[in-house]
Amino acid sequence: MRRFLINQAKGLVDHSRRQHHKSSSFLSPQSRPLASPAPASLVSLSRFFSSTSEMSASDSTSSLPVTLDSINPKVLKCEYAVRGEIVNIAQKLQEDLKANKGAYPFDEIIYCNIGNPQSLGQLPIRFFREVLSLCDHPSLLDESETHGLFSTDSIDRAWKILDQIPGRATGAYSHSQGIKGLRDVIAAGIEARDGFPADPNDIFLTDGASPAVHMMMQLLLSSEKDGILCPIPQYPLYSASIALHGGSLVPYYLDEATGWGLEISDLKKQLEEARSKGIAVRALVVINPGNPTGQVLAEENQRDIVNFCKQEGLVLLADEVYQENVYVPDKKFHSFKKVARSLGYGEKDISLVSFQSVSKGYYGECGKRGGYMEVTGFTSDVREQIYKMASVNLCSNISGQILASLVMSPPKPGDDSYDSYMAERDGILSSMAKRAKTLEDALNSLEGVTCNRAEGAMYLFPRISLPQKAIEAAEAEKTAPDAFYCKRLLNATGVVVVPGSGFGQVPGTWHFRCTILPQEDKIPAIVNRLTEFHKSFMDEFRD
Amino acid sequence: MAIKALDYDTLNENVKKCQYAVRGELYLRASELQKEGKKIIFTNVGNPHALGQKPLTFPRQVVALCQAPFLLDDPNVGMLFPADAIARAKHYLSLTSGGLGAYSDSRGLPGVRKEVAEFIQRRDGYPSDPELIFLTDGASKGVMQILNCVIRGDGDGILVPVPQYPLYSATISLLGGTLVPYYLDESENWGLDVNNLRQSVAQARSQGITVRAMVIINPGNPTGQCLSEANIREILKFCYNEKLVLLGDEVYQQNIYQDERPFISSKKVLMEMGSPFSKGVQLVSFHTVSKGYWGECGQRGGYFEMTNLPPRVVEEIYKVSSIALSPNVPAQIFMGLMVSPPKPGDISYDQFTRESKGTLESLRRRARIMTDGFNSCKNIVCNFTEGAMYSFPQIRLPPGAIQAAKQAGKVPDVFYCLKLLEATGISTVPGSGFGQKEGVFHLRTTILPAEEEMPEIMDSFKKFNDEFMTQYDNNVGYSRM
Repeated sequence: MRRFLINQAKGLVDHSRRQHHKSSSFLSPQSRPLASPAPASLVSLSRFFSSTSEMSASDSTSSLPVTLDSINPKVLKCEYAVRGEIVNIAQKLQEDLKANKGAYPFDEIIYCNIGNPQSLGQLPIRFFREVLSLCDHPSLLDESETHGLFSTDSIDRAWKILDQIPGRATGAYSHSQGIKGLRDVIAAGIEARDGFPADPNDIFLTDGASPAVHMMMQLLLSSEKDGILCPIPQYPLYSASIALHGGSLVPYYLDEATGWGLEISDLKKQLEEARSKGIAVRALVVINPGNPTGQVLAEENQRDIVNFCKQEGLVLLADEVYQENVYVPDKKFHSFKKVARSLGYGEKDISLVSFQSVSKGYYGECGKRGGYMEVTGFTSDVREQIYKMASVNLCSNISGQILASLVMSPPKPGDDSYDSYMAERDGILSSMAKRAKTLEDALNSLEGVTCNRAEGAMYLFPRISLPQKAIEAAEAEKTAPDAFYCKRLLNATGVVVVPGSGFGQVPGTWHFRCTILPQEDKIPAIVNRLTEFHKSFMDEFRD
Repeated sequence: MAIKALDYDTLNENVKKCQYAVRGELYLRASELQKEGKKIIFTNVGNPHALGQKPLTFPRQVVALCQAPFLLDDPNVGMLFPADAIARAKHYLSLTSGGLGAYSDSRGLPGVRKEVAEFIQRRDGYPSDPELIFLTDGASKGVMQILNCVIRGDGDGILVPVPQYPLYSATISLLGGTLVPYYLDESENWGLDVNNLRQSVAQARSQGITVRAMVIINPGNPTGQCLSEANIREILKFCYNEKLVLLGDEVYQQNIYQDERPFISSKKVLMEMGSPFSKGVQLVSFHTVSKGYWGECGQRGGYFEMTNLPPRVVEEIYKVSSIALSPNVPAQIFMGLMVSPPKPGDISYDQFTRESKGTLESLRRRARIMTDGFNSCKNIVCNFTEGAMYSFPQIRLPPGAIQAAKQAGKVPDVFYCLKLLEATGISTVPGSGFGQKEGVFHLRTTILPAEEEMPEIMDSFKKFNDEFMTQYDNNVGYSRM
């Protein structure tokens, strides 16, 4: 009981430490003493982005055990703006649009808040779906008609995969790290990509990359005394996961002026500052290509990062889910594993966890929840603990496991589906590059807006300089200035973006994250509406 | 000097503390032996398809079509798929916004949640709100999420049955909470006595623990007992009086092998009790596509339904769900199909019914075969498997065996199960993995091996058990300190 209250207090202190990288203020609720089931006192909860109303009577005077003021405070503390307030508003608008078509200056809501390509019209890779379909219903392979509906190599691949599953039972729980044969394929794919061997025993297949991140956070964080270095801006899975697991986020700032570059000197500074406050910094998160920032790290930068982690005894958590999304000819994706091995660092030299997913790239299979982490440089007793955690959930979904293996070993030259596969793939990637450029240019043409190019990933993160009048108007509405802008943008154009404060930004600067994913034919309309809106916004608030 | 980034000592203690025997020591040893070429019969986990149970045809047809929607455009698709599967695939695709490859609503596709609500309403006779139903990647994820919401620290206790399915003990450990055990009574068919409950709660409170929730597993795992309506009422009244949220793990609701106590959901009983209970008891109910006669473990499909949780709490749970973006969409479709299976008149109805009944009837027979087989051994007493998928016989171990176990550095039932594994290839889970009374030993096995193989498996077990008893019962030559 006492420990809980102490943790509460620490949570508040820690939170105020984080004020400098978040423009919002979110107070953890004070909890009442645990012992009594007496009615709770009213809790003061100031939520900057709260779209819902104040506490209802049923919350405040309840004698029920589970109420807002008696749930785990870490749950209350964590935030995830990607599906936060602005999306709720958009959904209500969408509902209303159905009934009142003429009431709005737009006829549809366009969700640019989330990297969810297939929800915006991107088609799945046909070969992958053929294989998955056959694995979902293996009896198809016994029918002669199947050859008329499925490509030959998809049938071959399905046979190969099913042969690696005991009893061909795709409905059975697999090994908790994932089916061995599929891990073999993934390891081979990693080796082909990097030129360095990968061990299938280092691979843990998970329901998307996110659960793997959670697993590592759970392992690394025992209390707020444990810190994780995270880039600012960051994909808020990291801040949310650190909050949920009771640790401390130690921010390091990416430099907008140099294309969101990472300065080792800043890393070192933040690390030392955290340590001086008694925080044991356990790991460094690097997202490459970056989210929301889209930069692809230069190899030299990556070498510096690897050396830094080695020197400082940090686990390197390499989020590489956008490894297939690189749009500029002067940059290339290099996995951190490759960089580390190229420096001559092996299993005993650096602890590295690399995350990959089936949700991004050119495959965009978000709804399948497929992904893996490759875990290298840990002692066997630590590895056992990772395995144990994976085993409590038994295993990840089999279809997602199969898809992860397909992503890491797609059709090769000579395969029947190769040409059509390459055409689909190249079509999607070149279209993404085009849309990224078009939107980047459009944003840069707006008054007071600068936008770094999207070298990779799926997002643009423009910086908007908001006039003082706008900032005051936001304050009057008890909203953060970038959220204020985004709400106005939504109401004027139907386009849903995420305010920069959801990702973190240098205090006093404002951004929003917009995906590059709407189909090409929608882009001109989006650009027009956005341009018009911005002009009228500036007209209204210009100093 | 190279600083070790992550070593065992600096790991989160909660991780180190947590145990999950279902895939623990016995399973790892079995996997080793399998690699060496030994034939292993994995009865350690409720994994029907791994032991030869075939998937139901209809859902696989539907999901295969949803996976490859271009098939629906092919004029020959009718040669491979029946018309009702085609129609159902179109239906589920229309519920998505972009097919299987798009993140859905973080709570699951609204259309599927509506079907789940309709199922619950049909089953119980009381309305169910889709907004209070969240789909999850398996029921386990749902359990973890709710416990994460409820447990604030080690001062919070969760009442858990002993024996229990170790997801609960493992999760409570991971979350830094306190497990408050209540013992099921083996001599009363694993019955639940409210006095035991009261005692457990009182003891916990005297140690400064705030008991926050109570878990019931109905039908039970590993114990298989089905709670009577009266029992559930007692439990609900108890939760009302003691201010506990009830977590109703009902994943085995379709696995019932006797007729005296059919499944009745905790929600139905709660609603029937009326005021003040029906609005005054908080309840979260869990279900899955992994069990029943579906056994689709590998899909990872589940849901939880919340009753009487304040709207703001539901919002917070939604917020945490959103961090994981969405549950996997194919499994959501399996869930939709499970709660709204083929109806009389549908093309696939006969086949579906035949397959389902076949599995359920066979499970009922296997439950009997296994129970009787264990009971025919002199040193074994086994309650009948009323439901779920397991048999949990009590093995009376002679002092010689307990001594030998100690010498080997093993808990007695682990020792027994390892010997069983090495002699017969049967991979079970020792009772200590689930919790049991001090000095009483069990093992958990599933009733899932194929019916044709059951007699041989039971014979193999009996042969081992006889030899084991002979070896350790007559071990008079053992020197004593």
